[in-house]
This record gives sequence, structure tokens and C-alpha cells, in this order.
Amino acid sequence: MTDTKKTNIILFSGEYDKAMAAYIIANGAAAYDHDVTIFHTFWGLNALRKSEKMHLKKNVLERAFAKMMPRGADKMGISKMNFAGFGPKMIKDVIKKHNAVPLPELIDMALEQEVNLVACTMTMDLLGLQERELLDGIEYGGVAAYLGEAEDGNVNLFI
Amino acid sequence: MNIAKVLDAKGVACPMPLVKTKKAMKELRAGEVLEIHATDNGAKSDLTAWAKSSGHDLIDSDEDGGVFKFWIQKG
Repeated sequence: MTDTKKTNIILFSGEYDKAMAAYIIANGAAAYDHDVTIFHTFWGLNALRKSEKMHLKKNVLERAFAKMMPRGADKMGISKMNFAGFGPKMIKDVIKKHNAVPLPELIDMALEQEVNLVACTMTMDLLGLQERELLDGIEYGGVAAYLGEAEDGNVNLFI
Repeated sequence: MNIAKVLDAKGVACPMPLVKTKKAMKELRAGEVLEIHATDNGAKSDLTAWAKSSGHDLIDSDEDGGVFKFWIQKG
């Protein structure tokens, strides 16, 4: 085997379909024995949110954000044909029918395959997200954490 | 052919055949052959590309009633 290759994905988007694409590529790259990292920033952070409701100290704006943003991958809308929440149900039906893997399971599989999931701390602050609200076993970093991986990355994607 | 293991990856879609194959291949020793059964249409190009990139040998592939079969020798 040659040197380990690196795949780095920036997940900026907070929609189910876009996150699913990111996580399928990440799991595929892990199967390719790549060292894989997904950097979650802005709306992509919601993929890492735990589904349970939490009572945390937040200001008014942060509380509003927490309420308006999807609490976890399964609650995300889709980027086209969302139809006020009906779209995601349709997509999930189609996923089941075609034996594809739903997003929450893709995230579990990524963790199992030792994909590094990184949450951008600056945008966490902007959106008022706290570490306790996000999945266990993830990492926290900023732009340097991304660039450090990306500068010798073989695959770099922004989704 | 020295088939060390048969992997059933039928009825699962991308990226599962690849992820399962990788996992199964990890347990084999160099030179041993993994036989894979899959129904995902993308499996053929996926496993061919994966074997090439990962240093394994796709010895043979076959299709039988909608089931794709692959024999990959660990490199």
C-alpha cells in the first residue's frame, strides 16, 4: 500500500440530501483507506446535533436559532421539493425502498469507520450551539484545523 | 481458486457493498480470495475501481440472475 491519502469535506449545508451526499462520499473514502475528515460549519453543524431537547443557558437569539434549526440529521429538510416537510418523508420512503442507508445511520457508520467529524467552533458560537448539544466522539476546530488537513489532501469538497 | 470467504452484500445500496467488502477484506490474508455477491448496479464499477486503488486483484466477475459476483484476491 502507498501512503495514506486524505479526503476532506466541508459540510456547510444543512439539508438532508446534501449531508447524505457528503456522508456517502466520506464512508466510501474510508473504505478506500483514506484518512477522512468532515468539517461541519454553519448549517452543516445541525447534522451533529443530538435529537433530544436540552435546557441550556442561551440568550433570546440563540434560543430562537436552536428552535428554528433542525435538531439532528433526521430532522433536516431537503434542498429541493421540501414541500413544507413532506419532501423529507418522500425521500426517506425512497431511501427505504431502494435499500439505501438513511443519514443517521451513515453518520454512525462514519464514526465506526473512524472518519473525523469536526465542528467549527466559530460558527457554533454564531449559532449558539454548545458542545453538549452535539454528538459525542467528535472534534472541535477552526479554519487552521481544516487547512492543516486540506493542504495535503487528495480530495477536497465543499458541500 | 482458494476462496477464503463469501460476502453477501445483496439488497444493499451504495456505499454499503464497498464498505462491507473493505471490512471483509481486512480479515483476509494476502493471496486469499474474497467472493462477493451484490445486487447494487453500481457495485461493478465501484468494486473494480476500489480493488485497483487498494492494491487488490479483481480476478473475475459474473452476473447471474441480477446478482453480481466478484472474486477479489487480496494484494
